[in-house]
Amino acid sequence: MSKGATVEASRLPVIELKDPLFAALLGWLIPGLGHLYQGRTAKGVLFMVCILSTFFFGLAISEGKAVYAWWSPDDWRLPYLCQLGVGLPATPALVQSYLVKHGQQPILGGIMAPPSDPRELDSWYKDLNHYLELGIVYTMIAGLLNILAVYDAWGGPVELEEPSHKRRAAPAAIPPGS
Amino acid sequence: MAGLLPLAALNLLPLAAINMMWYSLPLIVVISLVYSATRQEAMNAILAHAARLGFMIVLFMVLIMIVLAILAWQL
Repeated sequence: MSKGATVEASRLPVIELKDPLFAALLGWLIPGLGHLYQGRTAKGVLFMVCILSTFFFGLAISEGKAVYAWWSPDDWRLPYLCQLGVGLPATPALVQSYLVKHGQQPILGGIMAPPSDPRELDSWYKDLNHYLELGIVYTMIAGLLNILAVYDAWGGPVELEEPSHKRRAAPAAIPPGS
Repeated sequence: MAGLLPLAALNLLPLAAINMMWYSLPLIVVISLVYSATRQEAMNAILAHAARLGFMIVLFMVLIMIVLAILAWQL
């Protein structure tokens, strides 16, 4: 069996995942960065372009209001849990939330800042109509897709039509002759 | 002529509703590509997988639309 595994391993191309946990962390911070660190350039660029363009498109059509973090009985911002999956691009919402909560003016022109009261949130829905909902959907999907990409950076492709990769273990890790 | 304008605008309303569906197109493309990329490693395999998946998503949406249209027509 081990001999078969060695032959199989030598016949198949090896995906070098380097440090999978570090790659996963990089992939969460910036979509695709973990794959670029692993040298999987094409997939890294694909993840980066697809996920970031989806996130920023959703942010743009909602005028920066689709992503904000807020926890109160009036507004449990559960979509932000999905949006946070996109990593650093979603983290300014945490800063804005902290500033607003402590009575300070939000920065960055109010992008990702929570509404000051429920009436302001109502006015967002009135002004932006379905574009606010669309922006929330786009940014949530971007975050959820990046979780898939992070898993791919950590463990390699989930399944293949043909077993054309080998995870983590280098050929040298298999004891020869065992 | 001026009296026809509201009628024309009314006729265009379903078209505007259909146009909202265009926003699903980028999502279908992105979801297909990213999901396929987590299943495959080679770019050719990713693109082929994404094309199949995108087609299946569109097919599923069309089937749902037909079911809803039939239900709306019957009711």
